[in-house]
Amino acid sequence: MTPRVLLKGGRVVDPSRKVDARLDLMMAEGVVEEVGPRLAARGATVIDVKDLVVCPGFIDIHTHLREPGREDKETIATGTRAAAAGGFTAVCAMPNTEPVNDQAGITRAILERARVEGVVRVYPIGAITRGSAGEELAEYGDLKEAGCVAVSDDGRPVASARVMRRALEYARAFGLVVIDHCEEPTLGAGATMNEGPVSTLLGLRGAPAVGEAVVVERDIQLAELTQGRVHIAHLSAAASLEAVRRGKARGVSVTAEVTPHHLFLTDQAVKDTEYDTSTKMNPPLRAEADRRALLEGLKDGTIDCIATDHAPHTVDDKKVEFDQAAFGVVGLETAVALGLDRLVATELIDLPRLVALFSTNPARVLGLPGGSLAPGSPADVTVLDLKRKRQVDPARFESKGRSTPFAGWILRGGPVMTIVAGKVMWRER
Amino acid sequence: MSAFPHRHLLGIEPLAPADIQMVLDTADGLKEVLDRPIKKVPVLRGKTVVNLFYEASTRTRSSFEIAQKVLSADSLSISTATSSVQKGETLLDTAKNLEAMNPDMIVIRHASSGAPHFLARHCRSAIVNAGDGAHEHPTQALLDALTLRQRKGRLKGLRVAIVGDLLHSRVARSNLWLLSKMGASVVLCAPPTLVPPGIERLAPVTWRIEEAVEGADAIMVLRIQRERMTGGYLPSPREFFNLFGLTEERVRRAKKDVLILHPGPMNRGVEIASEVADGPYSVILDQVTNGVAVRMAVLYLLLGGSAGGTS
Repeated sequence: MTPRVLLKGGRVVDPSRKVDARLDLMMAEGVVEEVGPRLAARGATVIDVKDLVVCPGFIDIHTHLREPGREDKETIATGTRAAAAGGFTAVCAMPNTEPVNDQAGITRAILERARVEGVVRVYPIGAITRGSAGEELAEYGDLKEAGCVAVSDDGRPVASARVMRRALEYARAFGLVVIDHCEEPTLGAGATMNEGPVSTLLGLRGAPAVGEAVVVERDIQLAELTQGRVHIAHLSAAASLEAVRRGKARGVSVTAEVTPHHLFLTDQAVKDTEYDTSTKMNPPLRAEADRRALLEGLKDGTIDCIATDHAPHTVDDKKVEFDQAAFGVVGLETAVALGLDRLVATELIDLPRLVALFSTNPARVLGLPGGSLAPGSPADVTVLDLKRKRQVDPARFESKGRSTPFAGWILRGGPVMTIVAGKVMWRER
Repeated sequence: MSAFPHRHLLGIEPLAPADIQMVLDTADGLKEVLDRPIKKVPVLRGKTVVNLFYEASTRTRSSFEIAQKVLSADSLSISTATSSVQKGETLLDTAKNLEAMNPDMIVIRHASSGAPHFLARHCRSAIVNAGDGAHEHPTQALLDALTLRQRKGRLKGLRVAIVGDLLHSRVARSNLWLLSKMGASVVLCAPPTLVPPGIERLAPVTWRIEEAVEGADAIMVLRIQRERMTGGYLPSPREFFNLFGLTEERVRRAKKDVLILHPGPMNRGVEIASEVADGPYSVILDQVTNGVAVRMAVLYLLLGGSAGGTS
């Protein structure tokens, strides 16, 4: 039997119930038992969280755990440790493993490994198409039954509108959301960064932002046609945001996420770092006008979630010429601190909105348990300290991946404790 | 004389006008050595330079090699066709291994933009960019500037047209930086498919070559690579020549004493007519000679010499 745990004296921020007050939180049997003022300990283990913020556990809706197949880049063990150290109590694992998670057997193997070695909850995402080859639909019924919470061909955009249409239609039968990496495959062929004045000066081949926006628009139109549910992964362009805003306004079932690197950096970073490969990811860092539009979308609610797109790679994959380097950077251990320092401390958004973006909304978008501290909810809790200052030091990451464009940044505020099912899984030392 | 304030030559963009001036003045000073009966001075005796060429090159590589020999540096050229790169060695490993032999300088030509910056980050040697992807080719721009300055006596106020494949050209980028920094006025000309986005922030762009060359003091013609013809950028070499090729008729719109430059290798009948390439205003072979002088200056300044040359 798990011991009862009482978090005492914290500021409880639970956007699911519009709570923001100094309250105690009692957890028992892996669920939230009670939230209220001055709760009696009644034999529970008491953790003093005075001056700290208590939130429903953060869920990263877009993580690459790399297992099975690329354990040299990350494993379920190291990836979930990184998640816990970044304040996440759950991660949604993208299916572009080797082999691709396109069958129930692979889903079950991932979940079994997560049960044995995982530190936080792992929600697998299944493939949209077999082998993510973009042709035949994967078996959504089986995948859902085995535990997949959504489908996506992330990293391998669904090129065919016909296949996307069928996926949106078929997924309806299982209540699955289709998550799309929106990228028109020919416009940015061979590109290594955003197309614009900076790519011109650097002499690098660029992918224009419209290559994303045309597919976002396509997906929204198809979701409207099919009454399906589409979620736009790592939205990066102002024009894509506008498409989502219009789609939402006319009632299309579309949601969207953004990553911290697209919120806090632009393509100028590639130049400023003199081609450092920690600025190379897909979608690429965009222009300042795009970045400003994304911040606006966070404020007005067009953006539903902040997701890391945590994409660990080996040193060998990144320590090469810029155009030879792998796309992607790690994000689990920096996202929350970046949000607190760059969004909340700067008053771009308030703290409850940030918690919604990291917790309540990801749970709502994919229909996951959690995202709330209502009695009976999973006892998944993220505890934040708004005052502590830390410098981002990749050498201290739990993740095997070390490539981050935020190395050296000094961030005020960050996670200090991660509780999963009533158990403290990580605590800052 | 003051020292050159940079450890590497990665591009023209980071240079101040005074730095460019210093390279050109030093090249002018050193050029005289090339006319001596014994073309050798001991200024870089005991210095080791590695030429690391990941792309084919005739002019640039031989010009660096001659410059090194004239200045008495010990040099070694590695082309990737005959090295461990063929066996899958990474750029970093190649560089680290070369560095274990303690060269004072690595001259690199590479198809990846930013490859020289990557070396500069991981090596102790001075790095000279001999052309990286579509980024920069600084010594080409310096030798072009030296050629213009010799013939025109100045750079400031010159009207220079740069014509051809702007999108893929490192020569265009380096020249654009250099000429703008030195006060020349640049006009760019290419078909819309070969104009990189945002370049109009640096210089005016026109799609009409007649407009670009009007009243020009100099015309720089860029090489158009054969593969661009089939890459969907252009319908055919024939149409390109008809609309954008530098012909005698078009040259007549420029100033009477116009200079024609081309970084080579030329595609005669595609970007430039033979009569123009071999005509009286062509300084294409002067460019080659000046290439040696400019590279001597760069080697000299980066390997510890001071401005002004030898005497």
